[in-house]
Order: sequence, then structure tokens, then C-alpha cells
Amino acid sequence: MDFLRPSTWEEALAAKAAHPEAVPIAGGTDVMVELNFDRRRPPALLDLTRVAALTEWGGDGDLLRVGAGVPYRRIIEELGGRLPGLAMAARTVGSPQIRNRGTVGGNLGSASPAGDAHPPLLAAGAEIELASVRGVRRVPVDEFFTGPKRSVLAPDELIAAFWMRPARTGDQFAKIGTRNAMVIAVCSFALTLDRERRTVGTGIGSAAPTPVRAPAAEAFLAASLDWDSPGAVPPAVAAEFGRLVAAAAAPIDDVRGTAAYRRHALSVLARRTLTWAWEGSR
Amino acid sequence: MRLNCTVNGEKRQADDVWPGESLLYVLRERLGLPGSKNACEQGECGSCTVYLDGTPVCSCLVAAGQAEGRAVVTVEGLEFGRVQEAFLAAGAVQCGFCTPGLVVAVHDLLARADKPSDPDIREALAGNLCRCTGYEKILDAVRLAAQ
Ligand SMILES: Cc1cc2nc3c(=O)[nH]c(=O)nc-3n(C[C@H](O)[C@H](O)[C@H](O)COP(=O)(O)OP(=O)(O)OC[C@H]3O[C@@H](n4cnc5c(N)ncnc54)[C@H](O)[C@@H]3O)c2cc1C
Ligand code: FES
Ligand code: FES
Repeated sequence: MDFLRPSTWEEALAAKAAHPEAVPIAGGTDVMVELNFDRRRPPALLDLTRVAALTEWGGDGDLLRVGAGVPYRRIIEELGGRLPGLAMAARTVGSPQIRNRGTVGGNLGSASPAGDAHPPLLAAGAEIELASVRGVRRVPVDEFFTGPKRSVLAPDELIAAFWMRPARTGDQFAKIGTRNAMVIAVCSFALTLDRERRTVGTGIGSAAPTPVRAPAAEAFLAASLDWDSPGAVPPAVAAEFGRLVAAAAAPIDDVRGTAAYRRHALSVLARRTLTWAWEGSR
Repeated sequence: MRLNCTVNGEKRQADDVWPGESLLYVLRERLGLPGSKNACEQGECGSCTVYLDGTPVCSCLVAAGQAEGRAVVTVEGLEFGRVQEAFLAAGAVQCGFCTPGLVVAVHDLLARADKPSDPDIREALAGNLCRCTGYEKILDAVRLAAQ
């Protein structure tokens, strides 16, 4: 097995173009499990941890560009104020050791329906920046996932970064699992309420073949909320929002939970996060 | 592949390394440092925790090639001090398999926080499993070490 060790982004893209079969490795928290258990024997690994550009983030106009290689720990510590929904999700990933290494780029690369970074990216309408020697393209995150563990990433492409609008305060994320640490989500839900633009964003995890939005729930809520009112969300609105979120999911029965449980839990998470986000954004 | 890195302050070299093997394997099988334990090889148990460039990580999830030129500190490289003494005094060691990883994790916690609260301690140790002690004695040891 070859081990490719680019030290710049240009070298990394050239290496991926020359060795499209090489498996990129960032934090290794998914890749190494597969190697350790002999589930994968790629002809080459492409180590991205020496590419400094991947670990940088910064603002560009009213959008933030966050490098694919920024680990969860830094998302929490450095971006918790600007991207609170993503930081909430990051806090639930694995354990400190996992958050020290694992990256959002790796989460996207694995494209698991249960990846915890995905719902907040969906709720915020993030864009994923993909690059190759052919050029750069930005893909809306809801077009990124094409199936369980599959995405639009081409064999010669790498994930460079994601772009997101910093939230004010109306971001929430909630996840169901058997304990607080170290759990793959039974299901998860992220919500973004933007009072200024009067928009609603949603993201559902672990309850469909890919992470998905709930567009009907978003449209209903945006139209039903009394955006100027300081009062609480009417219970009937919250209940219907929960129902529409659950309806957007396409869950299955598996070892972690049944489809029926997932639907029920999603409607509860949707109602709760709505209450928290509405109060948080007042 | 030849691997060069600094381990516990010493420049070390290992030959015939398969690039996809883990840093844990390199430490235990090639560099004669069996302190870091291998219990799961999937990041779940934390018994392989080491510092990589100053950050605690599961060495079973670091590809050997990723450690090239990096600085690794294993449990063997930590000076015997308040953390290890507290584990002994509190009875936080039974079979001892989880202990090296816990010692590194607690060492890191106390370097970051002087007087960690109980929730801080639980959070910091969430990635370290122990099948013997039921954790109470481990919490006692951390509180003792922090005194
Ligand atoms: C004990 C444990 C607990 C976990 N808990 C959680 C959890 O709670 N929630 C959760 O969502 N995940 C969890 N995971 C899974 C994993 O930590 C995450 O998916 C993490 O985000 C992966 O990031 P990484 O940098 O380690 O990826 P890697 O393992 O390095 O890579 C993952 C995939 O992405 C590809 N890739 C990485 N970077 C790029 C890039 N820049 N361009 C193109 N492809 C790329 C790789 O080729 C690979 O296919 C857990 C894993 C372990 C071992
Ligand atoms: S052996 Fe590495 S975490 Fe269990
Ligand atoms: S003392 Fe045996 S696993 Fe912790």
C-alpha cells in the first residue's frame, strides 16, 4: 500500500488526480476502523493532515468558510459562537479523543446517514466546496448526499471546505441515543430559525437513506410563526411542525431502533428544538 | 516504509512499517512500548490514548504514516506523579487494562483545568471504558489528584 503525503493543497489535488483510487485520510476515525478490521485494503492512503489550508477557517462577506480538516474540538472552541448548531452537534460526537481528530470533511466523506454534522449543515443551507485539478465547485449540501455512504464527490475530487452563514441565536440540535457520549444517533434533528430573514431550516439525521431536510415543515413553520410576536409558539403550530418533520423521514427498523420509534422521536425533537430555538432567538 | 518520529522525547525510527498499520501497533510491536493497550482497535475504549503533538488521541486510529515527524507521548513518557499516585491511593486500578489510557486522559484534563467539576471529569473521561471498577474509584482518583 502506498502512503501519499502531500504538504500543500495543490499537491493533494495533483495526488488525487494521479491516484483516484487512493483513500483520503484526515482524522482517521472512520478510515482506521475499516483498516484495522480488514474491511478495506485500498491501494493507497492520501494523508491530508499535513495540508495546513484544510485546517483554516475565515469569513468572506457574510459567509464563513470552514476548511474540511478543522476537527470537532476546534469547531466547538473557535466557532461555537458563530455556528452554534454545528457546535452543538460536534459536542455529541464520540468522545474527546474522537473530537480531537475527527473532522466535518471526514463526516461528509463517509456520508453516513447518521453523521452528526449533516443535520446542522442542512438546516443552515450550507454549501460544500469540492475541488480537483479540473477546478472548484460548490454543491448545496442537500444535493451532496446521493445514498447511504454515497455522495456526488468524484474520484479525483477532495472536499475543501464548507460555507455557512453565521447564525444569530436560533440554532438547535438534538440527538437520541442510549447514552450521552459515544453513540451513533438513533435519530437526530437540527433547526435554524432566522428572525431577520424569517426563514426556517431543518436537517434530519439517521432516519432516511441520506440525511434529509423537511421542506414542507420548513414552509409551514415560516408561514405560521408570528415573527414579530414575543410570545411562545402556539402548541398547535409546534405539533403540526413535529408531524411534518416526522413525515419527511423515511426510517427503517434496525438494531438501534424501529422506524415507528424514529418517527415518533423526530416529532418530539422537532417540537422541543422549536421551543428552544424560538426562545433563544428572542 | 521507514517511520521517524519523536516518542517520549527521543527520536525513534521503525523500519518495514506497513503504512496502514496503526500508531498503536507501531508503539507496542515495533518500538517496545506496550504501555498503551489494545482492547478494541475502533476508538471506543480509550485504552490506547496517547498524546500526538500534545493532543490526546486514540493511537489505534492514527495511521502509522500520519505520525511521521510528529511527537508522541505515551503513558511510559509521563513522569510518575499525582495522577498515578491518586489512582493507586483511591483503588482505581483493578485489572489495570484501562489505566494507561485513563492516566493520559486525566493528565490532559488536569493540565487544562485545575479544579475540574464532576461533570467536567465525566465529560473528559467519556472516551475511556473500564470494565472493572464501576468508575466511582476513578472519579475519586481524579478528585484526589486535583487537590
Ligand atoms: C469511537 C467512535 C465514535 C464516533 N462517534 C461519532 C458520532 O457520535 N457522530 C458521528 O457523526 N460520527 C462518529 N464517529 C465517526 C467519525 O468520527 C466521524 O464520521 C468523523 O467526522 C470522521 O472524520 P475523520 O476526519 O476522522 O475522517 P476519516 O476517517 O479520515 O475519513 C472518513 C472518510 O472521509 C474521506 N475524507 C476525509 N477527508 C476528506 C476530504 N477532505 N476530501 C475527501 N474525502 C475525505 C475519507 O476518505 C473517508 O472515506 C465515531 C467514530 C468512532 C471511532
Ligand atoms: S484500542 Fe484504541 S480506543 Fe480501544
Ligand atoms: S481496571 Fe480493569 S478495565 Fe479498568
